[in-house]
Amino acid sequence: MNELLSNYLPILIFVGLAAVIGLALMIAPFVIAYKKPDPEKVSAFEAGFDAFDDARMKFDVRFYLVSILFIVFDLEVALLFPWAVAFREVGWFGFWSVMIFLGVLTIGFIYEWKKGALEWD
Amino acid sequence: MTLPLFFFYVFSVITVASALMVIAARNPVHSVLFLILAFVNSAGLFMLAGAEFLALILIVVYVGAVAVLFLFVTMMLDVDFASLRQGMLQYAPVGVVVGVILLLELLLVGGSFVLPTGVEATAMVPIEQGVQNTKAIGQLLYTRYVFLFQGAAGILLVAMIGAIVLTLRHKSNVKRQDVFRQTGRKRSEGVELVKVKSGQGL
Amino acid sequence: MQSDVTSFASLAPAYPELLMAVGAVVVLLLALFWKNVRPGVIAVVAIVLLLATLAVLVLQPASGVLFNGIVIVDGFARYMKALVLGAAAATVMISLSNSKEHGIDKFEYSVLVLLATLGMMIMVSANDLMSLYIGLELQSLALYVVAAMKREDPRAAEAGIKYFVLGALSSGMLLYGASLVYGFTGTTQLDQIVAAITLETRSIGLIFGMVFLLAGIAFKISAVPFHMWTPDVYEGAPTPVTAFFAAAPKVAAMALFIRVTTVSFGPITKDWQQIVIFLSIASMVLASFAAIGQDNLKRLLAYSSIGHVGFALVGLSAGTAVGVEGVAVYMAIYVAMTVGIFACVLALRTEDGRPVETITALAGLAQRKPFVAAIIAILMFSLIGLPPLAGFFAKWQVFLAAVEQNLFVLAVIGVLASAVSAFYYLRIIKVMYFDEPVAKFAAVPGELTAVMAGVGFLIVTYFFTVARPLTDAAHAAAGSLF
Repeated sequence: MNELLSNYLPILIFVGLAAVIGLALMIAPFVIAYKKPDPEKVSAFEAGFDAFDDARMKFDVRFYLVSILFIVFDLEVALLFPWAVAFREVGWFGFWSVMIFLGVLTIGFIYEWKKGALEWD
Repeated sequence: MTLPLFFFYVFSVITVASALMVIAARNPVHSVLFLILAFVNSAGLFMLAGAEFLALILIVVYVGAVAVLFLFVTMMLDVDFASLRQGMLQYAPVGVVVGVILLLELLLVGGSFVLPTGVEATAMVPIEQGVQNTKAIGQLLYTRYVFLFQGAAGILLVAMIGAIVLTLRHKSNVKRQDVFRQTGRKRSEGVELVKVKSGQGL
Repeated sequence: MQSDVTSFASLAPAYPELLMAVGAVVVLLLALFWKNVRPGVIAVVAIVLLLATLAVLVLQPASGVLFNGIVIVDGFARYMKALVLGAAAATVMISLSNSKEHGIDKFEYSVLVLLATLGMMIMVSANDLMSLYIGLELQSLALYVVAAMKREDPRAAEAGIKYFVLGALSSGMLLYGASLVYGFTGTTQLDQIVAAITLETRSIGLIFGMVFLLAGIAFKISAVPFHMWTPDVYEGAPTPVTAFFAAAPKVAAMALFIRVTTVSFGPITKDWQQIVIFLSIASMVLASFAAIGQDNLKRLLAYSSIGHVGFALVGLSAGTAVGVEGVAVYMAIYVAMTVGIFACVLALRTEDGRPVETITALAGLAQRKPFVAAIIAILMFSLIGLPPLAGFFAKWQVFLAAVEQNLFVLAVIGVLASAVSAFYYLRIIKVMYFDEPVAKFAAVPGELTAVMAGVGFLIVTYFFTVARPLTDAAHAAAGSLF
């Protein structure tokens, strides 16, 4: 177990370093920066006139469809990693079982294509 | 105190704290960001348990894709979250009671956790020493658990169909490209020669 | 770690599932590549596929344990699968003539119903906590989508969201319970969990795991106190979808409930018996009283289905083969009655084509549509459980099993709840027969008439026609579990 974990020591150090740098950059301005806010200074700047709208716009629902379809294929690929690693051991049986899996998802892909879900408009 | 134990406590404290912040944060986008923090730390916990494949899949799929989806959804909704929270105090006592009961139950279970003797011997698939985590999963997933694997394919298919049925809206009267038709067009379809009688115009 | 699937022939017991899976995908491709095909045609193809699978299931009596113990095909699984397939085919059939006005005239509806049915078949055959979950999710995901399919209707969207959120919650509880059970017994295989449990070594953790597992499944059969989603979802979803929800998934989840309790937790029967008795009493009593105030037909039917789940659980409370046999018979009759009553609801349309969904709108139905009114009346009497209709024999069998195990209080409460429920069923009959007609009704499509007539015939002549073969089949099914 410890052997496994020691393999990941570099990542741990990396994460630690990232956390330290990130926090330092966030905390340092609080401590040392000169602050003197006034309402005009902190208001949103939009080409000189008053802001039309909130900065947080509504997203188009179509992004949602794109990302859902992305997740499906993301998961598909995630399920293929172990196959690559254990390719020799699982043999032809494993090969065909993966092919059926991919076949089902390809049919799903054909469905998406024919429905036009991959087009924007 | 060994190093793994130390990191176990670090990861679990951050996980619980950020999970708390997911429901306590005022800004929904912050909630999603805390959710990502919780995912990452859970990945750390998986790693400490020796499940490296699961840990990395958690990062790839959940942090990489699911959290982004959550961000989309929170940004898509034009909801006044302040007004949504109006009723929260009203329901909070009930929620707290249920939560406390569940917590006590969990503590009861955790406190009484004893593996029955000889369980490891009856395990379906004994864990071999020295076999990589991902490889061990690969050896089982496509052969022994082929049924579940194909079931997962079915679920993913349902997810695709469902997402399209529920959210796909095509605008009418939008001109779309049809590459095959466009490149397969012949001269005769596109050009028309018209005899124009002189002096009359079209 | 080889699979035990060595040849195609070794998969014989799973042929129905294979046919269903391949068929669902083929139907999807067919719908995509058949130019300008109407969704109704695809629905007919789906019905043919469902019936063909049913035929394979009946004609292919192979049974056994497959896929290294993940799937089990025994008499019980075959009986319940036949019910699920029959219910699915019947509910798709009654949706044929009215899919347009309910917003489900898309070929995806048929495909999703097929995939949901496949999930139910996997649930019924599950012999492992993992295959149980895969089947359950395949089923539920398809159902969430189908519930919200009429997406321009806010009520349908609300139904879909509610169903999804509460369904996800219940899946979470089920998974949590499954992980506890796995942790305390060391195996996920249902028939090996039992070997790891003895009365002496049962631990608190195991009991907790079992309770969470059963709570998750109780959500799916909508037993009180896990019933809150049912009235809203049944009301909001398009009526043909509601018919499907009320029939097929209930059977599959009930089969799962029975298998998990009797097979895996056999040694601690006393422990789960308390839960089942509580669910049963709560469902019967709450449904009987809550349904009284309803004017919406679909809400009323939702409470009615909650109540019937309670009655079916009376049989399981006994924890014996006789009890399970009673539940099996009960579910068969319940499916027939549900399909019949929804066929009636779908058949009722005002002259300008709007569906009739309130009880007050049924006023004077007996004068305008005597046939439909008569079928509804028969179904109502059967739902109450009056002899000699089928509903009576269903209730009689489960109560008998409970009394055999000295659960007198449960049986008495059941009979009293039946009596209370008679009130709201009879109110519908009173409105139909004794109130002045207000609305005019449109003509009833032919296949709905056929379904209504068939169900009516079976329910009236139950004792002389189907009682014997049905009880024999249920007896064999229950016998394969004990």
